[in-house]
Amino acid sequence: MNSPLSLFFGNRAAVIALACLAVITLLALGASLIYPQSPWKMVGAPFQPPAWGGHLMGTDMLGRDIAAGLVHGARVSLLIGLVSTAIALLIGVGIGAVAGYFGGLVDDILMRFTEVFQTIPSLIFAIVLVAIMGPSINSIVIAISVVSWPSVSRLVRAEFMTLRRREYVESSQVLGLPGWRIMLTDILPNAMAPVIVTATLMVATAILMESGLSFLGLGDPDMISWGYQIGAARTMLRAAWWMSFFPGVAIIITVLCLNLVGEGLSDALNPNLKRKKP
Amino acid sequence: MNRLSYLIGRLVKGVFVILAIGVLAFLVIRLVPGDPVAVIAGKSGAVDAEYMDNLRQKLGLDQPLVVQLGIFLKGLVQGDLGQSYRQGAPVSAIILERLPATLLLTLSASAISILLGVLAGAMAARRRGTWADSAIGTLALLFYATPLFWMGLMAILLFSLVLGWFPAFGMVSADMRYEGIRHVLDVLHHLIMPMTILGLFYMAVYARLTRASMLEVSEMDFVRTARAKGLPESYITRRHILRNALLPIITFAGIQAGHLIGGTVLIETVFGWPGIGRLAFDSLLQRDYPVLLGIFIVTSAMVVIFNILTDLLYTLVDPRIEVNK
Repeated sequence: MNSPLSLFFGNRAAVIALACLAVITLLALGASLIYPQSPWKMVGAPFQPPAWGGHLMGTDMLGRDIAAGLVHGARVSLLIGLVSTAIALLIGVGIGAVAGYFGGLVDDILMRFTEVFQTIPSLIFAIVLVAIMGPSINSIVIAISVVSWPSVSRLVRAEFMTLRRREYVESSQVLGLPGWRIMLTDILPNAMAPVIVTATLMVATAILMESGLSFLGLGDPDMISWGYQIGAARTMLRAAWWMSFFPGVAIIITVLCLNLVGEGLSDALNPNLKRKKP
Repeated sequence: MNRLSYLIGRLVKGVFVILAIGVLAFLVIRLVPGDPVAVIAGKSGAVDAEYMDNLRQKLGLDQPLVVQLGIFLKGLVQGDLGQSYRQGAPVSAIILERLPATLLLTLSASAISILLGVLAGAMAARRRGTWADSAIGTLALLFYATPLFWMGLMAILLFSLVLGWFPAFGMVSADMRYEGIRHVLDVLHHLIMPMTILGLFYMAVYARLTRASMLEVSEMDFVRTARAKGLPESYITRRHILRNALLPIITFAGIQAGHLIGGTVLIETVFGWPGIGRLAFDSLLQRDYPVLLGIFIVTSAMVVIFNILTDLLYTLVDPRIEVNK
């Protein structure tokens, strides 16, 4: 009855958010089916306000369909959010696991290293990295991963530090199993719950950061994205509010849903931490 | 160990962190394939060969990497962040000139977000389960998911372009030369929108944190004792619950400092606020990498200083904390 799965699906907000994310993912995957033409292509007169029957979300200064850009932009946002989180998890889990398992000097060195990365304001760090590597989808993914792994590594380290003292770990050590095997098969699976929750929230943060970078003109010039759409619409605020309004709403909905799913997962995976009823 | 030696210890550690960040900045620009001088000088082609030769010599690029790093760090310790070739002035001077505007914006945004966030969170905790609680919770979730720059644009659309209440751009009215109190009021008038937008995100964070923290504290034994003594509920909330619930908020303010300073790049760009964030955007457009790297180091140093201050504040507020830990 109280399995994590049933706890999660008992949380109405989280389930609705998950369904919402599924729809966004489907739209992103089917972008080329829904809007077969390139989102950069002119489809009508410029500055058309949103209208039923016409262009649902209006057109921009070059007569491009905002809705088409939105659907194609979802790909970029989701792709960058997922891939950069995956890379950040690899780095963060690796460093955190080694620091927490071995402790001592290794831990000290790795944690000072992590602290340095954590001190630098992440958006500014990401801006510098993308600016120097040149704006492309790869450099954006690298930049977001480089600035987001420290929180994972601190979390994983804390988990490993408590778990390595457990009896089942000590028994594996007595058996003479190599350290990497103990970390991978004995400790890591038990440390995954908080990592999964953090990962969900990291995807949300990554999407926000990508939109910020694209807004500043550091997006991949070949790919349309929500942040780019808002940035391009900045100077047209008075003439065409819809150009910046809808991409912003798309970001909010996606990030909000990811946060709600993350909270649902957190409550489901750590039922002990769930705020007690009075 | 007393507070003074603790403070010195923290400062020394802070200096090392800043030096490490300097090394990182040095490596970032050199790990990129290609001629670092070309990277530093920009790819625009607007730079002549003589300048590049000078730069090469100044950076000591003919020397081994370790020697180069030494030169760079020596400059850093002396407060020399290099030259901006676009503006023909030392990077440190350019940044210093923009620093007050950014400090005004970030400090006022922090103040307003902590103040209103704690108030909203305390209200939600006291009226737990009522419509006020859910309204605050929903708003907090919404602000937490909204991109700062988008909220800024929408605020400009509504409050500047439609309603005409606040100026959309800059820190002072360009066509007026106000003096004294009129000048202060003019700056405040320009400050309200960027400060509020920057603050809203953190207000959401603080509201959620305060609520959770207060609910946790309110279940502790000393609160039950206070209730058993028959103290009025509002007194218990203020003196017993809120005071203790504020501790995690101080920690969090320190953690969020870097995030807040990063956010100024977006907010200052949207509102044309003449601070470091806007400078970062301009240097980005002009490929003025020395300035960008200078901002990288200076903003990191700001975070280090802010963290030292919150640590100190923590030991003052909570006497249980051992300073030598």
